[in-house]
Amino acid sequence: MMKRNKIILSIVIFVLLIVFMVPFYIVINNSFRTTEKFVNNPFQLPDKLNFHNYVDAFEKMNFLNALKNSAIITVLSVSGILMTASMTAYFLVRHDWKINKIIFAILVASMIVPFQAIMIPLVKIYGSMNLLNNRWILIFMYLGFGQPFAVFIFHGFIKNIPYELEEAAMMDGASKIQIFFRVVFPLLMPVMMTVLILDVLWIWNDYLLPSLILLSPDIRTLPLSTYSFFTTYSVDFAPLMAGLVLTILPVIILYLFSQKYIIEGVVQGAIKS
Amino acid sequence: MSLKNSVVKKTGLFLFFTGPTLIAFISILIIPFFYGIYLTFTNWNAISQDYQLVGLQNYITAFTDGGFLTQFLITCKYVFISTFICNILAFLLAYALTRGIKLQEFMRSGFFVPNLIGGIVLGYIWRFLFANVFTLIGKNYGIEALSRSFLSDPNLAIWALIIVTIWQYSGYLMIIYIAGIINIPKEVLESASLDGAYGLKKIFHIVIPLIVPSIVICVFISLSRGFMAYDLNLSLTNGKPFGSSQLASMYVYQQAFLNQKYGLGQAEAIILFIVVAALSVTQVLLTKKFEVES
Repeated sequence: MMKRNKIILSIVIFVLLIVFMVPFYIVINNSFRTTEKFVNNPFQLPDKLNFHNYVDAFEKMNFLNALKNSAIITVLSVSGILMTASMTAYFLVRHDWKINKIIFAILVASMIVPFQAIMIPLVKIYGSMNLLNNRWILIFMYLGFGQPFAVFIFHGFIKNIPYELEEAAMMDGASKIQIFFRVVFPLLMPVMMTVLILDVLWIWNDYLLPSLILLSPDIRTLPLSTYSFFTTYSVDFAPLMAGLVLTILPVIILYLFSQKYIIEGVVQGAIKS
Repeated sequence: MSLKNSVVKKTGLFLFFTGPTLIAFISILIIPFFYGIYLTFTNWNAISQDYQLVGLQNYITAFTDGGFLTQFLITCKYVFISTFICNILAFLLAYALTRGIKLQEFMRSGFFVPNLIGGIVLGYIWRFLFANVFTLIGKNYGIEALSRSFLSDPNLAIWALIIVTIWQYSGYLMIIYIAGIINIPKEVLESASLDGAYGLKKIFHIVIPLIVPSIVICVFISLSRGFMAYDLNLSLTNGKPFGSSQLASMYVYQQAFLNQKYGLGQAEAIILFIVVAALSVTQVLLTKKFEVES
């Protein structure tokens, strides 16, 4: 391509990117201003950096508590999924039993079931056992919902690991369990990253499932507390915008440090499923 | 004795490796799924303690009482328009950002940002734009179309959802298209240029045919995500005004958890499931077909 054309294309796309970023600019900018100033002119920069809205949002959203809840739920659910799904996938690949093939087929088939087809009976069953409003149940549910995709991805990866590595360990007298944790598990790191990234983004941002399970305010996750913040204080815009910035911040910080992995993980996840 | 031992040992290993997965999977997905299908044949609601089997009544009601069908058609409009525009935009971005232009990597990362953020938060961000920013621009510059908020107009609220969906997903689909375009062998593109294929001709005759697998992935991702959309719908429009922007998922949620018609709501959820399942199966078949051909 001609050099001049490249520069023009570069500028066009860059302008488009700026347009794409306008919503974030509006929210960040006005999180430092008052509601009145926002309504008059949302584009004007703040006179001075005023963190008043942040203090307000921080308190009303019970931000630290929601952040803690989101972190606990995401970390425990994702580590649970990675552990159990990789073990299962390993076993299914290395044992050519009929039952294993059936299990794998059912897991893969279940990937087409959308959450909406499960949610009503799920709430009915766990509600009737008085198990709602409990973080541990939510984590257990993520463990269940996360299995099909994770097992599928690990299964595809483990199939391509040469069996000779394990045979050598077996000669040395290692048990199946030792072989998995010492030989196979470390080899799974690249694919672990893929599953980890997709599951973290999914669980961290998920709204519908936690909104059905976590009912009391003190165990709310970030998306839930954002929602209740907006429905409770819908008139005063400025603190709401500060609340949005606070909610976005953790993911953006993560993105700045691990962009490459995140983008790669998303591509792998989309292509393989 | 040793045979029995080895059976016990094998079962033990089986349970150790797959037990946790199976327990979680069966109790969270399998049991609720089949119990859900059973529920669709009952008239269970919150008012009466016991409920009866009513056969296909819920499915008949879902198709005939108008409510579900109306929202389903609105959902189809939303899904098809946003899938169409989103994929074209994503492809064009991907094509432009694989030409080796300045700041290419940086711009890719930038367009991807909306995807990191949950639908609830994105919806609220855009609510300020539609309700306050666009209307202000409309009034200040005398642009009639912008002076009233999209969110309060029954004909335009669905377009607000479409616009935000395009903004949200085009960066994501772009990343998948980029992966497809990068995999086209350099020689193919070079020889095409030598043969005089430039610009649009090159895009339509060389690039697009070579990235059909990526197109299939992207189109089906956008279709099935569209049919499942809920978070954005809730925070951006909440179905308003007058249900004109209420998508199927939100309708099902209301039917079950607000109107407490669990049996009917579940029947509608199953109809939605069948639509999404049919899409997924079509995708798999298409992908297989192209794999065989290439």
